[in-house]
Amino acid sequence: MITADLGAFAWGDCLALFLHFLTLSLLAVGGAITTVPEMHRFLVLDKHWLGEGQFSASIALAQAAPGPNLLFVSVLAWNVGANAAAGAHSPEMAWLLPAACATAATIGILAPSTTLTLYAARWVHRNRSLLGVRGFKLAMGPIVIGLLLATAWTLGAAHGLPQDMPVLWGLTGVAAVLVWRTRVHMLWLIAAGAALGAAGWL
Amino acid sequence: MSNSADVARRGPSSLRDLFFSFSWIALQGFGGVMAIVQRELVEKRQWLTAAEFLEDWAVAQVLPGPNVCNLAVLVGDRCFGARGALAAAAGLMVFPSVVVLALAASLFNMLDIPMVQGMLRGMGAVSAGLIAGSALKLTSGLRGHPFGVAGCTILVGLTLGGAAVLHVPLVWLLLGLGLPATLLAWRQLWLQARAEVSHP
Repeated sequence: MITADLGAFAWGDCLALFLHFLTLSLLAVGGAITTVPEMHRFLVLDKHWLGEGQFSASIALAQAAPGPNLLFVSVLAWNVGANAAAGAHSPEMAWLLPAACATAATIGILAPSTTLTLYAARWVHRNRSLLGVRGFKLAMGPIVIGLLLATAWTLGAAHGLPQDMPVLWGLTGVAAVLVWRTRVHMLWLIAAGAALGAAGWL
Repeated sequence: MSNSADVARRGPSSLRDLFFSFSWIALQGFGGVMAIVQRELVEKRQWLTAAEFLEDWAVAQVLPGPNVCNLAVLVGDRCFGARGALAAAAGLMVFPSVVVLALAASLFNMLDIPMVQGMLRGMGAVSAGLIAGSALKLTSGLRGHPFGVAGCTILVGLTLGGAAVLHVPLVWLLLGLGLPATLLAWRQLWLQARAEVSHP
């Protein structure tokens, strides 16, 4: 009885989630991470589907786990489903609903932008000899490098500015130089960061 | 793993190779895939040169959507058409989403533990460094750039300052810096082409 009610309510939520992420997809210029403020407004402030702590922990977890950063969308939606299923006393709902929410949100955020990319990339490739296209690609090189450095800065600054967190930023700097100048495997660097953090040195 | 004998033009040998290559890349990408995708596609597999990677990344970055996923679609489509695009994007997503959701499901009540938070903080700091290091490495793709070393450095600095310090939205950065830079590069290419026509 309760399960059925919650189920009906939750499947509607699932559709609303899907539509929300579908509309955000084409706005995500610069990656899905740029739409985080809007997701926060919708999921936490408007709908109360997630708590503040759950929201930021979901992003931190997806950021640390392997895979594209966009997976934070899947984790957010999973936790929305997990919250909705928490009242249901059926063991299947505890994973079925979160899995459905995560799938819906991930497909929603990916489908429109990926389709656009496919067609835009074909146009660019067909017209790659045009001076305008070549000029665009050349001009964007330094801008892309600047944007990547800015991404690194923003990720680091999420934990505090360099003057407040000198050790943490020192670790970031060492990792950057090692990746730039050596061929050390990145997993070793990540593992070292995790170990130092777990030991409480950061 | 592909070990194509074709040195001149390497690439994935099949849809399956494409799918599993991107899966392997994604599963190594702690804290984001950008750093590892550069190392795997350019240095290890040599499907792309540093300059080609920079060009593709520019297209992937300008279009809406996750940059790495856009890049996978670009590379996959060029090798095997729409099926390649789907295989590459699916490779990027399928296994990592299973891993991250399993982590989310099992760790959710542990996220308040200081040790777990410390681990996430340490991994976050390193992954910021990985992205910065990859960006520095990509400067090798700017060799012979028409803007010269000084021009490129200024453009990198303006973009970094605008995005990280002034928090200018990406759309305005692209219009304010990308558009004039594109017009300038266009003009230089045009002058170069005209010079080659008159002095072959």
